[in-house]
Amino acid sequence: MALGLAQRGFRGRITAISVSPEASDLPPDELERRLIELGFTEGAQVEVLHEGLFGRDPIAVRVDNATVAIRRREAMAILVS
Amino acid sequence: MTAVAESEPLRFALIGTPNSGKTALFNALTGSRQKVANYPGVTVERKSGMLQTPGGHSVNLIDLPGTYSLRARSPDEEVTRDFVLGRFASEATPDLLLCVADATNLRLALRLVLELKRVGRPLLLVLNMIDIARRRGIDIDLDRMTAELGIPVITAAAVRRGGTDDLMRRLDELAATATDAHEATSWKQPTTGELRAAQREADRIIAAAVKTPSKPDTLTTRLDSVLLHPVAGLVILLAILFVMFQAVFTWAQPLMDLINAGFDGLGALAHTALPEGLLQSFVENGIISGVGSVIVFLPQILILFLFILLLEDLGYMARAAFLMDRIMGGAGLHGRAFIPLLSSFACAIPGIMATRVIDNPRDRLTTILVAPLMTCSARIPVYTLIISAFIPNKTVWGFASLQGVVMFGLYAAGIVSALGVSALAKFLFWRESPTPPFMLELPDYKLPRPRSVLMGVYTRAKMFLHRAGTTIFSMMVLIWFLASFPRPPAGATGPAIDYSIASWLGHAIEPVTKAIGFNWQINVALIPGMAAREVAVAALGTVYAIEGGKENAAQIGQALAHHWPLATALSVLVWYIFAPQCASTLAVIKRETGSWKWMALTFGYMLALAYIASFATYHVAVALGAG
Repeated sequence: MALGLAQRGFRGRITAISVSPEASDLPPDELERRLIELGFTEGAQVEVLHEGLFGRDPIAVRVDNATVAIRRREAMAILVS
Repeated sequence: MTAVAESEPLRFALIGTPNSGKTALFNALTGSRQKVANYPGVTVERKSGMLQTPGGHSVNLIDLPGTYSLRARSPDEEVTRDFVLGRFASEATPDLLLCVADATNLRLALRLVLELKRVGRPLLLVLNMIDIARRRGIDIDLDRMTAELGIPVITAAAVRRGGTDDLMRRLDELAATATDAHEATSWKQPTTGELRAAQREADRIIAAAVKTPSKPDTLTTRLDSVLLHPVAGLVILLAILFVMFQAVFTWAQPLMDLINAGFDGLGALAHTALPEGLLQSFVENGIISGVGSVIVFLPQILILFLFILLLEDLGYMARAAFLMDRIMGGAGLHGRAFIPLLSSFACAIPGIMATRVIDNPRDRLTTILVAPLMTCSARIPVYTLIISAFIPNKTVWGFASLQGVVMFGLYAAGIVSALGVSALAKFLFWRESPTPPFMLELPDYKLPRPRSVLMGVYTRAKMFLHRAGTTIFSMMVLIWFLASFPRPPAGATGPAIDYSIASWLGHAIEPVTKAIGFNWQINVALIPGMAAREVAVAALGTVYAIEGGKENAAQIGQALAHHWPLATALSVLVWYIFAPQCASTLAVIKRETGSWKWMALTFGYMLALAYIASFATYHVAVALGAG
C-alpha cells in the first residue's frame, strides 16, 4: 500500500520507493532522491503520527528516529506494508 | 607550514543538516566575533567569525547554510556545495570541514558525512547535543564510529558551559597539522542508487556503533499530540500569533515613543544649531527625520524577531508550516511563507528578509511579491487618522465599534488580496513549472537558549540598521530633494513644499487622481509618504498649513474632515491597502531578489491594484451619496 493512503496511527515498513511520473510535479528521479535524503529508504520503519485538518493533509511521519512532514501526494511514492 | 600560512588565519567551515544545532555551535565557538555579509551575486547570508584555539591558532570559522546533501536544490544549498568544493572564485577552499550532527538523530547526518568524505578535504564529525542524547539513554561508541567512518569524531554540547572544550582542543591539534595539500575531489552528483547505498552504509554504522533505547522522545510526542492536533493545533497557533501581535504593538510602543522623541529632539537641536536655509532643512528633514522614520520600527522588529527566533529554536516554526501548509497552499504559497508574511504585519522589510527560510526560488519570489500587501504598522497612523476623522464612533451589531470594524476590514482586505495575488502570480508566471513539494523535518522540541536567541536578535538589528543607514537613507535623501526643490521664492507665504518638484508632480498627476477622488494636496502628501507611510500624516498637515507635524494628528483630522468628502477619505484608505507607498520596501525587494525587474513588477501591480480599488471605492461611495 502507498504511505499516501495510510491513516493516522498506521505503522509499517517501507518496501519500495516507486515514483510514477504523475506523483509529483518534480521529475520522478528528483523526487526519489529527495525522499531518500529525508530517510525514506527500503526497510525503514514508519508511523503516521499526525494529519492536517483539510483533506487530512499533510501528514507527519515518524521515519526511524526522525519526524518528517510530507504531503500525501508525494507520500504516494512510498510503498509500505 | 610556511610563514605566510602562519599569519593567515585558517579557514574552517561548519556544515550540517538542518536542525543539527549548527548555528548554536557556531555561536558557542565564535561568541560575538561574528560577521554577516552576502556571498557575491546571491542573496545568501555568509556568516563567519573568528576563534582562537587554546594553542593560539586563529581560525576563521564559516557557518554554511544547512543541507542534507551537496546535491544543491536551493540557492542556499548551492552556496554550501560551491564553498565546500572550492568553486567560489573569491573564497579559498576550507582547510577543514566540521560536519555537525544531532547526536539524537544520526541517520541523515551520517549519509551526509559519507558524501562529504568524497570531497577530499580534511573532515571532522561533531556529535552535537550529546547531553540530550545521553539523557535519553543513547549510547554512542565513539571509537567504533571513528574506525567505521575513518575520520575523527568528537562530541559537543553547544549550549552547555564547557560543552565545546573537547572540540576546541581537537581543533587546536588539527590547526597545528593543517596543510595546504589538496586531495582531488571525487565528488559528483550521486544517483538514486548511490544515495540508497550510502544510506544503507550509514544505517549499518549506526547499528554497529549506536545503542538507542526503544522508546523515542516522549515529551515531543506528547506535545505534538496537542500542538499538531488538526483543530487544537490551529487554535493554539492562532493564540500564539495573537500574543505575538499584542507584544509587537503594545510592548514596542513606549520604546517607539522614546525613539520618536529622541529624533524630534535631535531635529529641534539641529533646527536651532544651524542657520535657517538649505543645510538646516537637509539635516533636519532629510537626514534626521528620514532616518528616524525608519529606526522607529527597530523595537517592533526586535520583538518580532525575538518571537520568531524563540519559536524557531523551540522547534515550533516547522510545526506552524505543517499546520498552515494546506491553507497557504490553496493560494499557491509554501507553508514556510507563513513566517515572512506574518512578520510583514510589523513591517514588510524584516518580512522580506525572512523569506530566506524558503528554499524554492519560485515560492520565495511569490512571497516577496505579496508581503507588502500585509498591513504593516506604518499604515496604522494613516488609518487611525482617517478613521477617527471620518468614521463615526458608534456601536454596530450590539457589541463592535464601527471604527474597529473598518480597521479590521482594512487588515482583512490586505490578507485576502495577498492570497489572491499569489494565486494569480502562480497562474501567470509559473503555470508550466512544477509545484515544489512540501517536505520538512519536524525537529524534536528543545528549550531555546537565551544567549543564542539574543545573538540572533542582535544580528538582525545590526542588519536592519545597516540597511537603514545605506539603501533606505539614500531613498530618504531623494524624497527630501523632491519635497524641497526648488526653494520657495523670497517672500513666499505658502508652505515651502508648495513650490517644490513634489508639488509640481502633485499638480501634474491631478487629472489622473481626480478619478479616484484625490485632490492635489493629497498627491503632494503622498510623495514624502514614500519615505515611510506614516510620514504622509505629517505631510498632510504641512500642505494644509497646520503647524506641529504628527503630534497634531487630531487637528489634522479636523482639517481633513473639513476639506474632504467621505468618498475621498474612503478612497485614501483603500489606496493605502494596496499602494506601493514605501521606498524602503522597494529597496529591500531590489536587494533581496537582486533584480530591478521584481521591484518594478511589485511597484506596478500594487499601483494598478490601488488605483482600481480606489476608483471603485470612490465611485461607489459617490453613487451612494458620500461625495
